[in-house]
Amino acid sequence: MMAPGPFVVAAQAAHEVAAQAAHGVAAQADGETTPRMLLYRVALLVASFLFLLGLRGLSRPETARRGLQYAAVGMLLGVLGTLVHEDIVSYHWIILGLVVGTLIGIPMGLWIPMTKMPERIALSHAFGGLAVALVGLAEYITKGPEMGSFAMAAVTTEALLGSITFTGSLVAFGKLQGLLSGKPQTFVGQNTLNFVLIGAALAGIVTIVIQPDLSPVMFGLAGLGLLLGVLLVMPIGGADMPVVICLLNAYAGLAAAAAGFALDNEVLIICGALDGGSGIILALIMSKAMNRSFYNVLFGAFGSVSATVPGKAAAVREGAPEDAAELLKLAGSVIIVPGYGMAVAQAQHAVRDLANAMAANGTRVRFAVHPVAGRMPGHMNVLLAEANVPYDEVFELEDINSEFAQADAVYVIGANDVVNPAAEDDKTSPIYGMPVLQVWKSATVLFNKRSLASGYAGIDNPVFYRDNTVMVLGDAKKMTEDIGKAMAH
Amino acid sequence: MNVDKFLFGLYIFMLAAFLGYQVISRVPQLLHTPLMAFTNAISGISLVASLVIAGSDHGLTSAIFGTIAVAAATINVVGGFLITDRMLKMFKKRGGP
Repeated sequence: MMAPGPFVVAAQAAHEVAAQAAHGVAAQADGETTPRMLLYRVALLVASFLFLLGLRGLSRPETARRGLQYAAVGMLLGVLGTLVHEDIVSYHWIILGLVVGTLIGIPMGLWIPMTKMPERIALSHAFGGLAVALVGLAEYITKGPEMGSFAMAAVTTEALLGSITFTGSLVAFGKLQGLLSGKPQTFVGQNTLNFVLIGAALAGIVTIVIQPDLSPVMFGLAGLGLLLGVLLVMPIGGADMPVVICLLNAYAGLAAAAAGFALDNEVLIICGALDGGSGIILALIMSKAMNRSFYNVLFGAFGSVSATVPGKAAAVREGAPEDAAELLKLAGSVIIVPGYGMAVAQAQHAVRDLANAMAANGTRVRFAVHPVAGRMPGHMNVLLAEANVPYDEVFELEDINSEFAQADAVYVIGANDVVNPAAEDDKTSPIYGMPVLQVWKSATVLFNKRSLASGYAGIDNPVFYRDNTVMVLGDAKKMTEDIGKAMAH
Repeated sequence: MNVDKFLFGLYIFMLAAFLGYQVISRVPQLLHTPLMAFTNAISGISLVASLVIAGSDHGLTSAIFGTIAVAAATINVVGGFLITDRMLKMFKKRGGP
């Protein structure tokens, strides 16, 4: 006898599916897959594939939007597929949630200005954490103690991590938005308290796995998570926000993955791994760009040390916009170094205008972006893109650092610690070892700053006092515009 | 959930994390903010869990929890995709899109 050909196998499979369709209810009782559930599962499978395909598109600006479209189709399929899930018996709560979410989501997507992107991202981590924490708690309420130890551990982890992400992200949002002080908030015994609470949380997870019916422990853990989120983010200063936002991103992802474990839901595990992995990778890049360990960022309360501005009344050379304009007119090659101050002053359009004016004058203009410039990864790149600066004129640290020596002038606007030579030659400096943009190697440095106060980390910057530095003090936007006007004359 | 299912989940997690690492490492610094907005949007797939909770009949508490979770995840999905697209639209090369 010949082995059954592929057609026979396919026909048999089709027959089985049809048989299951005919006996949908019976099949469900046997624990088999009903057509509705098959549709649901296939939709999630396709969605997972489209998410991966979409993420791959982000490796190049040219393919990124196409990738986003793949992922959006995947999301639509995932949601539609879930709506046929046979556990769903009524749709009124679902519709309420979808409508409210859409009504809030559209303005959050369309109208939030690009300068507020870190705040926007922090808020969305908060929503993600909230959603996952509530799913965990609802799972516990509905399925209760019978779900088994592994699922119980997953649900508990999900609720805990989700709650930490929720309040932690809200505190990060408050700090970025200026509702809370951006300075590190510390008190005596803070780290000890945090470690005790983390220990208590772990003990709580173990307790609930052993004694699943202790619901007060479950809700207590969620409450502990809310408290931990606040306590863990309060001591972290504004300049460390890039790392914190990435870590909160990772927590949100890992919480979602835990939800996937609790619910046997593969797409949640995959998306959680992607989201969590992305957060961890970005956090590693950020902390490497600051030459700090996670531990140091999270528990070091950086910037709480009193300012170390030297007592010497070192002379700085101050310049008027007209002086700066003269310098830039004569320069054949200029590198612009933007920092958080550019975002605060919303000066990106003024900077672009100045760059265009210089280019019209025959000057070669490039932009240098430090990985931790701003308050989140890629913050400056988005602002420059918003101002229509072509991305092939924007360079990363490794690619531009050798170019400063050949540049006639550098215009530093709203950046400080990322251009501080103390990171290279002063072993006592708190930022020693951090890779910095070597602006001081260029012929002239135009340094825009609001005042001569030290940078965010409270560290003095020797660049201010160098002979080839001209300080142009004032609001980043106004000063840039004034330089542009002076150039036009 | 038994050990088998847990291990199966771990396999998926491990493969997804590895694949994610490979893919995400290739995203340039230029696109790191859109990357965060993007992963945020797709993490809204937690909708698949919250929709079922909001729609199944397990009492008022879980319905309310489920509905808030649906709303929060929908904010991330709708807002996340819109804002990522808004950002990506802005990235242009000199002399053309």
